[in-house]
Amino acid sequence: MALLQISEPGLSTAPHEHRLAVGIDLGTTNSLVATVRNGLSVALNDAHGHAILPSVVRYLDAEGHTEVGQTALGTASEDPHNTVISAKRFMGRGLKDLPDLALLPYHFVDTPGMVQVRTVAGPKSPVEISAEILKVLRARAEASMGGDLVGAVITVPAYFDDAQRQATKDAARLAGLNVLRLLNEPTAAAIAYGLDNGSEGVYAVYDLGGGTFDISILRLSRGVFEVLATNGDSALGGDDFDRRIYCWMLEQAGLSVINDHDKSLLIARAREAKERLTDHPETQVTALLTTGQFIDLTLTEAHFNQLTESLVGKTLTPTRKALRDAGLKPTDIQGVVMVGGSTRMPRIQAAVGAFFGQTPLTNLDPDKVVALGAAIQANVLAGNRLGDDWLLLDVVPLSLGLETMGGLVEKIVPRNATLPTARAQEFTTYKDGQTAMSLHVVQGERELVVDCRSLAHFDLRGIPPMVAGAARIRVTFQVDADGLLSVTARETRTGVEAHIEVKPSYGLVDGEITRMLQESNAHAKEDITARQLAELKVDAGRLVDATHTALAEDAALLHPSEQALVMGLLSGLEAALQDNERAAIKYAYDALNRGTADFAARRMDAGVKRVLTGHKLEDF
Amino acid sequence: MSDAFALFGLAPRFALERAALDAAFRAVQAQVHPDKFAHADAVTQRQAVERATEVNEAYQLLKRPVARGAYLLRQAGIEPFDPANTRMSSAFLMQQIEWREQLEAATDVGALEVLENSLSEAARAYEHRLTILIDQDADLVSATETLRELRFIEKLGEEIHAAFDAV
Repeated sequence: MALLQISEPGLSTAPHEHRLAVGIDLGTTNSLVATVRNGLSVALNDAHGHAILPSVVRYLDAEGHTEVGQTALGTASEDPHNTVISAKRFMGRGLKDLPDLALLPYHFVDTPGMVQVRTVAGPKSPVEISAEILKVLRARAEASMGGDLVGAVITVPAYFDDAQRQATKDAARLAGLNVLRLLNEPTAAAIAYGLDNGSEGVYAVYDLGGGTFDISILRLSRGVFEVLATNGDSALGGDDFDRRIYCWMLEQAGLSVINDHDKSLLIARAREAKERLTDHPETQVTALLTTGQFIDLTLTEAHFNQLTESLVGKTLTPTRKALRDAGLKPTDIQGVVMVGGSTRMPRIQAAVGAFFGQTPLTNLDPDKVVALGAAIQANVLAGNRLGDDWLLLDVVPLSLGLETMGGLVEKIVPRNATLPTARAQEFTTYKDGQTAMSLHVVQGERELVVDCRSLAHFDLRGIPPMVAGAARIRVTFQVDADGLLSVTARETRTGVEAHIEVKPSYGLVDGEITRMLQESNAHAKEDITARQLAELKVDAGRLVDATHTALAEDAALLHPSEQALVMGLLSGLEAALQDNERAAIKYAYDALNRGTADFAARRMDAGVKRVLTGHKLEDF
Repeated sequence: MSDAFALFGLAPRFALERAALDAAFRAVQAQVHPDKFAHADAVTQRQAVERATEVNEAYQLLKRPVARGAYLLRQAGIEPFDPANTRMSSAFLMQQIEWREQLEAATDVGALEVLENSLSEAARAYEHRLTILIDQDADLVSATETLRELRFIEKLGEEIHAAFDAV
């Protein structure tokens, strides 16, 4: 046996190249991609030097060619039906979930699960539209970094429910991205701030984007970012401020009927007016409609504030709730981080400042801070900063539960439970001889099923006939570190089991994703095979590195015979990687994976023991 | 599940210094969290998810006094919330009615805050009593009744919490 190398704990002994990973802020209005370069998180620019990509997709023809970003935004009012703006608002949403249909110039198709938009290229789901944006960012990153990406961290509003998260993950897969993690936007912002400033204490992140509002309360302590509570409104953002101005314009101009072209035009003018009011006390709003009517209005800051006062109030209610959930008062907050372009509005900064009794932090660009934080997390998850001593503990944003008798919700996982989490509850049959049980999984805070979001239905069948109340059905909810849910139901006496990854009623089933991937022609068949081999080799290479590191650090945890076994399996995989044959690599990879499982578990236990005995508790 | 106290290197007692639990939780979670194994293979990652889940659940169990007390009693072979035994002192029942009436009458944040304060004061007194009954006197029978009353206070606290959202 070779001599074991001695290394610093946490440092890989195996030389490994820097793995290319990015953070992507897939925003309602704008999207960005960032990466860590020479230890610094930077936003990546397009060929024209712009970091910000407007989240706008225009479908050009029946073949599905698209224009994404600034050019699409520029022509939105000329081609409103084929130019989708703010597709994020429709992610994981059915037609009935969309509150302001009348204001949207699209032809919606009410497909089961999620709406679609009818375009010149056919009906497009928000997942496909978002994938177009992600493809552009992926291409930008690969061009700028000169290689294939290992993966991406994609941010989502903290208050996104399971359906919206699943839809986001699907969009990323459709764009050919390996999702390292879905990360909550406020948490990403906190990483960007926290790591820059080395701060300790409790922080509030107030994130008002184009279409969503999130508030998160985090505790930063010794490199651990712990989300204490989160709240928000996934249908409230800068767009709503634009609409208030738009409605005011209609009223002032005495308009009631308006065509889609003019609607897009006026909404664009409304947005520009709002932006000008950030540093001007009043602004002129002008537009020439297709009807020949000329609109010329003056909007003062004071009047704008009056129009949007209730929207500002709507952000403070969730803020109060989040503080209450965390068991804190506004004065307990050490700093307030502002995120999202909408926090540029002076009225918002004043209201937040007054609520917390301190001037909010705005030193990082509110448009970029989320992407910058996501890039830092991506860098860690890709394995570029092994042994770095920081950790992120996020929470479930909305309670998860089951429908019970009478349309009531039984909560299984409460909101703000730290991820990953698993909770189980026992149920029973209510009829004699009942052999099946139907389970309806819902998400939300309300007591009635109709007021919550339906996530999935599934059945547990094959329960042996018993008298009512005799069967014991244990339902387990497991939520992973991405905040995604899977549910298992098991009759404990007989072991009859049913399991579901929650995605069918919203989001897309796996087959559908595969079909779309094939349709997108991004990869011809041979490409897919080559890609699978490449992905397997990356995974296998990672396992080889990890095993070398583990042996170098903790060989003492293995009996010499166990150590010999692991070394044998390791050289087996290394040899297979040399031969470059997929089946052989897969076989050796699985064998080493199985052969090191127990070793990995022992290392975790040893790590826990080290931290508990190596320090007195006050030292943590 | 392995012993929740041992998981954090703590003695199995009702009295608990919250700061010590929080610090141990963060330190242990930093050893087992799946993000620490993002570069590792699928099997290790799955193990990490299981460990991290266990650590989170143990933390929840110890963090809240009612759950912690119930855990200690169950380890001693007592089911504190046995539906067949719902005995509470008559003084507590009177107090309970009074709180309920106050909650129904509370229509603004101020009134709810008054009620919340009086409730958390009561909870602190109960926690102190439980520390004596469990840690010092080992009088688990009395502890069970006290814990049942504290559980009622905790539940009422949740209702008050929900009432804040409503007003």
